[in-house]
Parts: sequence; structure tokens; C-alpha cells
Amino acid sequence: MNARIAHIASNTFREAVRDRVLYNLIAFALLLSGAAILIGQISIEIEKLVVINLGLTAVSLFGVVIAIFIGIGLVSKEIEKRTLYTVLSRPVRRWEFIVGKFFGLAGTLAVNTFFMAVGVFAALFYVAHRFSKPDALILVALYFIILEFLIICSLALLFSSFSSPLLSAVFAFSLFVIGSFADDLRGFARLTHGVTRWLATGAAYLVPNFSTLNVISAVAHEQSLSFQLILQNTLYAVFYTVMALSGAVLIFERRDLK
Amino acid sequence: MNGRRSITAIAGTCLVVSMISSMLLLRHIDDIRPHARLEDALYISSPKIVKRASLGFDGLMACIYWTRAVQYFGQRLVDRSYTYNELAPLLEITTALDPHLIPAYQFGASFLAPRPPMGAGQPDRAIHLMEYGIAHNPENWRLYYDLGFVYFTELKDYKRASQIFEEGSQIPHAHPFLKIIAAQTAEHARDFNTARMLWTATLQSSTQRDIRENALEHLRAIKVDEDITNLEAAVTNFSARNGRPPSSIAELAGAEHWPGVPVDPDGNPYQLTSDGRVLIEHPDDFSFISKGLPPGYTPGPARFHTHE
Repeated sequence: MNARIAHIASNTFREAVRDRVLYNLIAFALLLSGAAILIGQISIEIEKLVVINLGLTAVSLFGVVIAIFIGIGLVSKEIEKRTLYTVLSRPVRRWEFIVGKFFGLAGTLAVNTFFMAVGVFAALFYVAHRFSKPDALILVALYFIILEFLIICSLALLFSSFSSPLLSAVFAFSLFVIGSFADDLRGFARLTHGVTRWLATGAAYLVPNFSTLNVISAVAHEQSLSFQLILQNTLYAVFYTVMALSGAVLIFERRDLK
Repeated sequence: MNGRRSITAIAGTCLVVSMISSMLLLRHIDDIRPHARLEDALYISSPKIVKRASLGFDGLMACIYWTRAVQYFGQRLVDRSYTYNELAPLLEITTALDPHLIPAYQFGASFLAPRPPMGAGQPDRAIHLMEYGIAHNPENWRLYYDLGFVYFTELKDYKRASQIFEEGSQIPHAHPFLKIIAAQTAEHARDFNTARMLWTATLQSSTQRDIRENALEHLRAIKVDEDITNLEAAVTNFSARNGRPPSSIAELAGAEHWPGVPVDPDGNPYQLTSDGRVLIEHPDDFSFISKGLPPGYTPGPARFHTHE
């Protein structure tokens, strides 16, 4: 990675930590430990399932919220505070600024996810008293969640490059919801005919498919995941992220910052 | 600095006092207003809509709905309000959200099938639930066992029960006892021994504490039902021989040359009424018995004995 991008990324990470983003870990720890103790007493035979389902869902949702609410402010905040002009007056290109911001936010989320993953495994050990081989599948689910974050970060940056923070949040969150229904969208597209079908199918493939990255339920039931799925999901997330980041760079390069 | 400290102290005190006050007040409000019932809280009864609304996090939603089903059933049982209108929808939502949540089928069927007060008295819904479970988990032989069990214990459809046990025994890695149970059910369905065999198989094949306790309780009930059947037959014989019923269990035991007075699984002697009926001394201790109950007896919630 070029040094300027690394610099911007590390500053973005530091800024996120200064903004007390990692405080969400406390809420996460309380949620998980509380659930692990409570569910054993009020339900039947699902202690481990709850820890995995709740843990991974919380990792995903906390991360999505952080990605959206920090991502949307990455560009606009710099413009508002006028710090962007200081950065761009140095030998930093606009695309480097966008890519650096992306890696900074992605790094923040990766660190956040790492600590949450430690929490999930600790809670799992508490309820099951031991680890079994299928528990390693949780790592795959966590990896897919990180891929999901990469896509959302890039989308938040894309919207942030041309819109206000509020609208960017609305756009990014809407796309997250629509992306969760991506499989259904394709089903609806198959029901239509002619041009509508082409348009609907195109739209269904254009929105991010988050349902393919959600393997939480399968992992909770110790269902194996193929290497092909891991590979293709990785490629999909990389392509989608590059696509959204390219869009962000294209818009930001042409944006009048006066 | 002192002024700042005093403000901190006052604000801190206000915070704690108002928090405690609001909590206490809420408790009082809860006491005076009618409790929200689950019927009111089950806003969405369509499994499909709940699944869509879960945004892909359907595993967690299934756990939440399963916990709600357990709480609903338990609360109704404790309150002795034996209508379970929302139990089947809750279980159907749970399993639609996560078709691989096996405890929801196993326990769900045992909540739905038995007659009140032990269950919802809806064996048809239990069968529907188990068939859905088998369709989504065809490799799980235990679901066949549980489905056959509903046919055997609740519907007394021994032929269908035997067929299902047989189907389950064909599943790879199915427990060998399933084949034996299928044969036993087909030939000697009404024997106490068949029922005993089924519950013993349940006891021995399950590691789940609640299932084991339930099986143990049923085995105790079978023992009582069998004892009372035998005792009543002995009373009939005694009456035929002597032209009157025995005056006490002790007299009957002496006439039959038994080594002592017959006792129930807890060691309490069986009681004999003046009209020759045999009763159990503490019916509340045997939740699933069908014989030996005093006239007009209303069973309470099931009581389980944790020792094995």
C-alpha cells in the first residue's frame, strides 16, 4: 500500500478510536454474557445456538451500524471542518484520500470484530465448557461478516462522496435492507416479463447480495461450508467493494470542493 | 471546585433516587393494570412475514420465538389456564425461521400432543409439526421416534405408530431399538411392557435432562397403572371366592400370599376403598397415571422427580 494511503488509513483508525467507537464492545460483552446466563434459565436446549446466533448477529449489526455512521461522515466531516483542504494541499491525490479512508474504516471494523469474536468464543466456552471442531466454522461466518463490512464501508463512502450525511445514511441503510432481500428480488424478477424482467433482474444483481454472506444459521447448526463458497464470496465482496470505491473515486475526483 | 463537587453530588443523588423511584413506580403500575397476554403480543402470526422481517438473522429470531414458546407453555401451566391458542403458531414460526432447530420439534410435540393439563391436547398440530421437521431433517431418526410416539401415546393408533418406527429404523445410523419397538408396537401395542419399553428407550437414548425426567415420570406412572390393574384383578378374584371384597389391602395380601403389602414406587401402600377400588395415596406425586385416582380428583401441573 502506498505510504500516503497508509497514513490516511491510520489517521482514520485513530480518529474512530478517539470517537469512542470501540465502546460498543462493552455493550456487546454485556449483551452476550447476559444472554448466555439468561437463556440457559428460560429456554430449553438452545444455549449454544443462542450464543452463536446472538453473538454473530450482534457482530454483524454493530459493525453495519458503525460502518454506516462513520462511513457517511468520513468525507463530509473533513469538508465541514475544512481539514480536507489541508490534506489535499499536500501531495495527496483525491483517490488516495478515498482509499485511505476506506482502509482506515475497514481496519477499525476488523479490530472491533476481532474483540467481538474473542467475546463470542469466550461465551461459547462458558456455555459448552469446551470447544469442538465444528466451532471453527464460526471463523468462516466472522470472515463473511468482515466481507459484508467491506461492501458497506465502500457504499457508505460512495454516498458520502456526493451527498449529505443524513441522506448517505438513508441510502446506505436502505441498500443494506434491500441487499438482505437480494434473493427475493431475483425471485420477483423471474415472475416478470419483457423489459421489466431485464430491468428487475439487472436491479436484483446490482444491489449487494448480503444474504449470500449470511451463514450464521448454518454455522450454528454445524453445517459445513464449501471452499468454493468461501472463495466465490471473497471474490464477490472484493469486486463489489472495488466497484463502489471506484464510483466514489470517480465522483470525488470531479467534485467541486470550493 | 467545591461548588462543582456539590453539583456532582446532587446530580448523582438525583440520578440514583429518580432511577429507583421510576423502577418502583413501574412495579406498582404493573400491579394495577392488566397484564399483557401473549395473544396481544403475537403481532405477526405469519411465519413468512417474521422470516422476511428478520433481515436474514432468522437463526436468532428462531431462538427468540422458541424461548417465547417455552415461556408461554410454562406460564400457562403454572397459571393453570389450560388454553394454548398461541402455542402451535409460536412453534410453527420458530420452525419456519429455523427448520433445523430440533429441540423445537421434540419438545414442541410433547407440549402440543398430551391432553390438558399436561399439554395443549392438539395431537394433530403436533403431528403436523413433526412431519414438517422430518421433511426438513430426513436424516434425523429421533424425529420419527417422536412422531411415532405421538401416534402411540395420544392417538392410540398403534398401526401407524409401528409404521413410523419402522420408517425411522431405515434411516442410516438409527438406534437399533427403533426396529425392536416397531415390531413390539405392531404385535403387543396395548401391553404395559410396550409402553415401558418406549419410555425406557427414551430415557436411555436421551442426554437431555428434561426429556429424561419426563420419561422417568412416565415409567413411574406405568408401574402404578400396572400395579393397580393387577390389584383390581386380585380384588375381583377375592370377591368371587369370598362373596365380598377384601376389607383392606393387608387382607388381600394375606389371601394372595404376597410377601407384604403392595406399595407404589415411592413406598406408600396402595389404598383399598370399601367398594373394592384401589387408590394411590399421593396422586399428585404421579403426574401421568390413569388409574388409582380418587373420585373427582383434578390433576395439577406435572411434577418431575429429579433423582434417577
